[in-house]
Amino acid sequence: MKEEQDYIRDIAAMRSMMERSSKFLSLSGWAGIMAGIYALSGAYIAYKIFDFNPDEIIYSTAGSGSLTYSLLMVIFLAVLILILAMGTAIFLSKKKAKKRGENIWNPTAKRLLINMAVPLLAGGLLILVLISKGLIGLIAPFTLLFYGLALYNASKFTYEEVRTLGLIEIGLGLISSYFVGYGLLLWAFGFGVVHIIYGIYLHYRYEQ
Amino acid sequence: MNIAIKTLHKAFESRVRLGIMSALAVNDKLDFNSLKEYLDITDGNLASHIKALEKEKFIGVKKSFVGKKPNTKYFVTKEGKKAFDDHLKALEKLIKSQKSI
Repeated sequence: MKEEQDYIRDIAAMRSMMERSSKFLSLSGWAGIMAGIYALSGAYIAYKIFDFNPDEIIYSTAGSGSLTYSLLMVIFLAVLILILAMGTAIFLSKKKAKKRGENIWNPTAKRLLINMAVPLLAGGLLILVLISKGLIGLIAPFTLLFYGLALYNASKFTYEEVRTLGLIEIGLGLISSYFVGYGLLLWAFGFGVVHIIYGIYLHYRYEQ
Repeated sequence: MNIAIKTLHKAFESRVRLGIMSALAVNDKLDFNSLKEYLDITDGNLASHIKALEKEKFIGVKKSFVGKKPNTKYFVTKEGKKAFDDHLKALEKLIKSQKSI
């Protein structure tokens, strides 16, 4: 007959299996820290070099064409940050998954990505519409808002802290859509500082 | 306490089978390779445990094709879910009763 210890171990094994097979736990804290650093440097470049800091919803840098050079460069910069951040996250998750003896492309990863992709794609398309209508001041707030919604939506399938992160980004997005003049600053805070704090927290909580 | 032990299903004595049931309890469907990865065991070992659970009618099989490759997915049946829940309850009861002694 089994001993009490065995039953306790049975339950522990069941619980760990349920968690491992339903949640993507290969997210790396370092990915958050790196994404934050990219975002902060991107916001700094946009502000200092391209003089991008919309203070009104309808904003055009030169007043003539709707798509000015600096705006184009800022969009290019934003896409570059996105690719860098995602590339780093995938690379580090792959490393972490390998260490855990798992494949990165498993059912939990798929679910996490699908649940993030729907709000993100909707937001991305909406932002293209905003650009075409010249509503430049709303871009930063809406990236925060939709990114927050994506995180909140996907949080069931990964670390529970992602839910809080999502709520913070949603809040920052809403605040900055009202105070448009602080859009870039709040964007730098949301994507930069918050990511770095979250990454450090994740690292110390789960990767020690 | 004896009653609780009786409700512990024999099929769940092996931790591998408990693992299979746990993974399927929180996923609608899983294929062979995903299960293998979570449990970290050999093909033959996993196949024999799956067969045993299938025989009890605790899990079902759904075969389909992804392109030309056959893709077999497993899911928990209603009976399996009930047996698993009962087993979990019995385990918890056992631990509680032994703690109170």
